[in-house]
Amino acid sequence: MQEKDAQPPRHPYLRIENLTKQFGSFWALKELSLEVFPGEFVCFLGPSGCGKTTLLRAIAGLETQTSGRIFQADREISNLPASQRDFGIVFQSYALFPNLTVADNVGYGLVSRRMARVEIATRVADLLRLVGLPDSGPKYPAQLSGGMQQRVALARALALSPGLLLLDEPLSALDARVRAYLRQEIRHLHKRLGVTTIMVTHDQEEALTMADRIVVMNHGVIEQVGTPMEIYREPASAFVADFVGKTNLLAGIVVKPGLVRYGAMNLSCDLDIRPGPGSEVTLAIRPEDVVVRNVDANAENTFAVRVAEMEFLGSFCRVGLSLDGGKPALLADFSINTVRDLSISEGMDMLVGLPAERIRVFPGAPQSS
Amino acid sequence: MTVTSAASAVSAMAPTKRRLDRDDWLMRGGICLMIGWLGLTLILPLWWLLSKSFQNNQGAFVGLANYIEYFSTPALFASVWNSLFIAFLSTAIVLPLAFVYAYALQRSCMRWKGLFQALALIPILAPSLLPAISLIYLFGNQGFLKDWMFGVEIYGPVGIVISQVFYCFPHALMILLAALSMADSRLYEAADALGASKTRVFFTVTLPGAKYGVISAGFVIFTLVMTDFGIAKVIGGRFNVLATDIFKQVIGQQNFEMGAVVGFVLLIPAVVAFMADRIIQGRQVALLSARAVPLVPKPDSGRDNGLFIFCAVVGFLIFVLLAMAVWASFVSRWPYNLALTLKNYNFGEFDSNGWSAYFNSVELAAWTAVIGTAIIFVGAYLLEKTRSFGAARAIAQFMAMLPMAVPGLVLGLAYIFFFNAKGNPFGFIYATMAILVINSLTHFYTVSHLTATTALKQLDHEFEAVSSSLKVSLLRTMARVSVPVCLPAVLDISIYLFVNAMTTVSAVIFLYSTETKLAAVTIINMDESGFTAAAAAMAVAIVATSATVKIAHLLITRRLERRTQAWRQR
Repeated sequence: MQEKDAQPPRHPYLRIENLTKQFGSFWALKELSLEVFPGEFVCFLGPSGCGKTTLLRAIAGLETQTSGRIFQADREISNLPASQRDFGIVFQSYALFPNLTVADNVGYGLVSRRMARVEIATRVADLLRLVGLPDSGPKYPAQLSGGMQQRVALARALALSPGLLLLDEPLSALDARVRAYLRQEIRHLHKRLGVTTIMVTHDQEEALTMADRIVVMNHGVIEQVGTPMEIYREPASAFVADFVGKTNLLAGIVVKPGLVRYGAMNLSCDLDIRPGPGSEVTLAIRPEDVVVRNVDANAENTFAVRVAEMEFLGSFCRVGLSLDGGKPALLADFSINTVRDLSISEGMDMLVGLPAERIRVFPGAPQSS
Repeated sequence: MTVTSAASAVSAMAPTKRRLDRDDWLMRGGICLMIGWLGLTLILPLWWLLSKSFQNNQGAFVGLANYIEYFSTPALFASVWNSLFIAFLSTAIVLPLAFVYAYALQRSCMRWKGLFQALALIPILAPSLLPAISLIYLFGNQGFLKDWMFGVEIYGPVGIVISQVFYCFPHALMILLAALSMADSRLYEAADALGASKTRVFFTVTLPGAKYGVISAGFVIFTLVMTDFGIAKVIGGRFNVLATDIFKQVIGQQNFEMGAVVGFVLLIPAVVAFMADRIIQGRQVALLSARAVPLVPKPDSGRDNGLFIFCAVVGFLIFVLLAMAVWASFVSRWPYNLALTLKNYNFGEFDSNGWSAYFNSVELAAWTAVIGTAIIFVGAYLLEKTRSFGAARAIAQFMAMLPMAVPGLVLGLAYIFFFNAKGNPFGFIYATMAILVINSLTHFYTVSHLTATTALKQLDHEFEAVSSSLKVSLLRTMARVSVPVCLPAVLDISIYLFVNAMTTVSAVIFLYSTETKLAAVTIINMDESGFTAAAAAMAVAIVATSATVKIAHLLITRRLERRTQAWRQR
């Protein structure tokens, strides 16, 4: 964070101030503020009903916020109708016009711009080439696969060269392989065009692989904003830690600064703990951070466990570790190499370590989910 | 990351009001126009009718005096029971018949399904008077099967009920066909795997799945019978029902105030049935998920043969009633000279309007179809695609649903009072073709509105959002996308309006003038004058016209589907 602040301050392209949206007594968005910088690829990530789509639609002018302001390129757009804002949008359903050819779909916005027919044809051809569908112009959307329809929708959204590209769960209707491929495609396209892009998704993998920055939302508020690495490595709350990636959430009690009691054990944590001694906290550690090789029995945060369950997941094993020989209390991911080298099998007793710098501590007891 | 300044803290308190663009103004203006239109053609006339029922013939307010007189006159009040009796009996007969028939068409492997379906739906193209006329030929004073009646008069409740059964059957059948059209075969497989008997499967899977359709069909039949005028007029004899009472009070005795009272009494069961149906439909949840596997009936010779015999009997009866009218219309002098002739079609000899009444009907049907489709589709589009403006949309939606609950006779009566009222600036349309067109399209508004709404709901909800993001006006998107995609529904609506305007009697019986007399009205007049053969001929002319239009519609739809196959996913 310090290095970033050393750079000349960037000027935000999109600024959202205290945005609130109420549906009756339900708060879809609560006093939400956010800045998006020119050329950024930002993902709104959160469970369904967290307000991410409402936020996107408010930016587009398709939903009117109850209060709060939105600025785009230094112009206040808070109360402008969608038709007077500058954005292109792709919906989950693509919303392609079924009775128009692909070319007519892509050129739909150009026609009302009173451009010459030749000009439109050239622009449409360029756009179709851009999304990798140079020959699909005369076809109808129904004749294309889901992934291809998705790319047509993208071309249509880019036709008017908008300053902002909004993607509303664009990949969730596709099957896994096409999704992975299109992830790359959209990313390349974004690099090439440099258009500021906001994508709404509930798929953490999508957000981690595609975004420059991720905005994690829950219950209408922003839980954390950061790069994918920051979100994953330094989750700001137990919710983020749990929602992004897999995490062990353990209930602990603060003994003294830097030391938390978990069950019968004291665990030292590198991060300074704000809650005073005696307060309940949640410890978060990712399964892949549990160490099993070269564990010194006398080192801190080391304890004996029994392998209660093993789940083979291809390149690694997810192992349920039991502290008292009963139900597993801790999940650990061990690479296949490790499993083989140490001949880890169910029922085996062994030593594991939880590196102090990998443990995150959040105030309050874990929320049972 | 977050910016908080004093200014934004202040603005956070002030609620945001989105500015409206041209499309918003257009849509809102359109909804206001729609409210104004329905207000003028539906709400105000009904209001006039209601207030008339509280006035004496000098126009002074007399409170409930008319109602008290009505309910204390046994001759008048008896009609309420007669109407209810006929309606309940007809519903009780039609419902099981139509259910089994629909079940045979949708859930069996019997032969000739297409034929049976077409045959059963033909009566929808005929005026309700047609079965009554056929019955008179079969069992009337000179009917050749009169002996079969064992001395019971066909003129009266028996004739009314048989005619109503024939007339309502296709309406009920259509609803039940839709209700039985879809079923999840996985439910049947599960029931089979659990060892349920066929009867148990029927009562625990089939019937619950079609429950709402059955209830809906029941209400539709009940309302149709309660409010139908033509059948009771032609074959009712001295058996009075509410619908004929209105006619007698208004046309016979010129007692408009009492007519208004009967009109309101008639409105009550229709409104109750309508509301009950709405409430029950509201409870319906989608039983079929997107993952449902459509049920394909498997052959079962016992069941299939049984159902085939049933359908053959019902189909034969329908055919006999239809064929009887056609035959009678070509017979020289029933029952003495059975030689075939065309002279019954020389309508000029039986009614001063002659064929002009027929052409008036065609003109009315055409105008209703064209203007009605435009108004109703655009109205449904506005309601379906406008964002916010909630209160006005709710009012317009209610107004669009209301015509379903208003019997044609009541609406027609309301029109006389309203458009004939002194000082009404719209009075000039009285006794013109225009009032007939407006009345017909208002009368048949709701079903058309629902058809349009259903079609529009199937469009992607984001088309409008996409077009505003592309700075394209909604009018253009409606013209280039919504209307073309909904074209089959648009055609359905126009045909529905055409056929109904062509066959209706009750909605227009009070509103025609000598220049705008209609074919269905002439049937009643000619029948009253004893020209039953000519009446049958006119009924046949109407059926032939409706059928021609319907066949043309089928052909156009098929061509349209072939042409647009490329973009229609199947």
